[in-house]
Amino acid sequence: MFSGFDFDVIERSLPFLFKEGMTFTLTLTAMAMTGGIVFGTLLAMMRLSSHRLLNVPAATYVNLMRSVPLVLVIFWFYFLVPWIGGWVIGAEQPIQVGAFWSSVITFTLFEAAYYAEIMRAGIQSVARGQVSAGQALGLNYWQTMGYVVLPQAFRNMLPVLLTQTIILFQDTSLVYVLSITDFLGAAARIAQRDGRLVEMYLFVAVVYFIISFTLSWLVKRLQQRIAIIS
Amino acid sequence: MKYNWNWQIFWAPAPDGTGIYLWWLVSGLGWTLATALLAWVIALALGATIGTLRTTPLPWVVRLGNAYVELFRNIPLLVQMFLWYFVLPELLPKALGDTMKQMIPPWASFWPAVLCLGFYTSARVAEQVRAGIQSLPRGQRMAGTALGLTLPQTYRHVLLPQAFRIILPPLTSEFMNIIKNSAVALTIGLMELTARARSMQEFTFQVFEAFTAATVIYICVTLVVVFGMRWVEKRVAVPGLISAGGAPMAGH
Repeated sequence: MFSGFDFDVIERSLPFLFKEGMTFTLTLTAMAMTGGIVFGTLLAMMRLSSHRLLNVPAATYVNLMRSVPLVLVIFWFYFLVPWIGGWVIGAEQPIQVGAFWSSVITFTLFEAAYYAEIMRAGIQSVARGQVSAGQALGLNYWQTMGYVVLPQAFRNMLPVLLTQTIILFQDTSLVYVLSITDFLGAAARIAQRDGRLVEMYLFVAVVYFIISFTLSWLVKRLQQRIAIIS
Repeated sequence: MKYNWNWQIFWAPAPDGTGIYLWWLVSGLGWTLATALLAWVIALALGATIGTLRTTPLPWVVRLGNAYVELFRNIPLLVQMFLWYFVLPELLPKALGDTMKQMIPPWASFWPAVLCLGFYTSARVAEQVRAGIQSLPRGQRMAGTALGLTLPQTYRHVLLPQAFRIILPPLTSEFMNIIKNSAVALTIGLMELTARARSMQEFTFQVFEAFTAATVIYICVTLVVVFGMRWVEKRVAVPGLISAGGAPMAGH
């Protein structure tokens, strides 16, 4: 079954696959994670606010993002971002946004909806008395959040946030639909050029598996370490 | 800078002579639902079986079940789609592989997409089923044994009926995931809803109308599923058995 295989094609393309492809994938993952968690936390705080002008838009945004496929969201932003950019700076034409920034914006905004739900559960997991204690000490809303609630919420939700990031890492492969050279895109390019689809796609699957599996194993270890034994 | 809105575009005739653009989107929705529903049958059947096996007291079966779940959870869906579509026909015996490659267009991408989504989601369903069974108090299993039930009987009459009621909400979101994930099949040429919106955009240049229509359709499908499942939950609810919303899960 493996007799007709040409494993040499993998070795030949390793520098391209990792230096170009994997670097893109990891950079995109890191930036979308950072942006997504920050924006997601803000969305979660908005959703938990009792002010209708804050919680209704946040809930609408989160539910909208969660009911549409990521592929469609990628297409949406790929076309929408140049128009919004042009409108913001008052240009005559839609501005040029590179594929990289387009995908960073897309994944940040999309994943924020998922991080928001996790952070909402995290904030709600902090005992009510903590907020009261903060207020009793004379802290304002931002201080209570920043010094009391959010650090505990992050700690409680750390494993789920990291698991979501592993999913994000896998999801970034979908930038393939914009013909971007991420890890999968790089492999697909070589696969099609050399007619070596089987070898390249199997190799991609193995690499993704090793990375994701190792990371989720580490998250599981972390979960056991920080678990509160009751 | 001005975008030329044209909402009449849905009634304009489509270039392939099959009718109007609106019909493109409707047929896209049809393929999306057909793919998702068929894949869901596979996912539920496999997922329920493997999830249950992972809670049995047989260490080897549990280990095999865990390996299955880890395998499908740690490879991106798009890569799995390529494996089913490009790689599998090459690895199978020649006759079978050639039959797969020679299928007529919609089916050549439809069947790999169904299998891919089915197996991918089955791992996620298996995880939910396992969590559901393990969330039951240990006494339930012991009570089954004490009553003289065999292990399969304990599962059939005691554990599974409760576990499935508990995991109905997460299963609902898995079902919505399978509908959304079917959009990934556009990469192997399945003309489902997102692919139809995309090609409508390519033919008409009316980007935002096409994508808005697709988005609205997806939202409608989501609403139907959410309300449908809420109705099911109410119908099957056992008074006194509370199915609380479990711990937050990562997902997409």
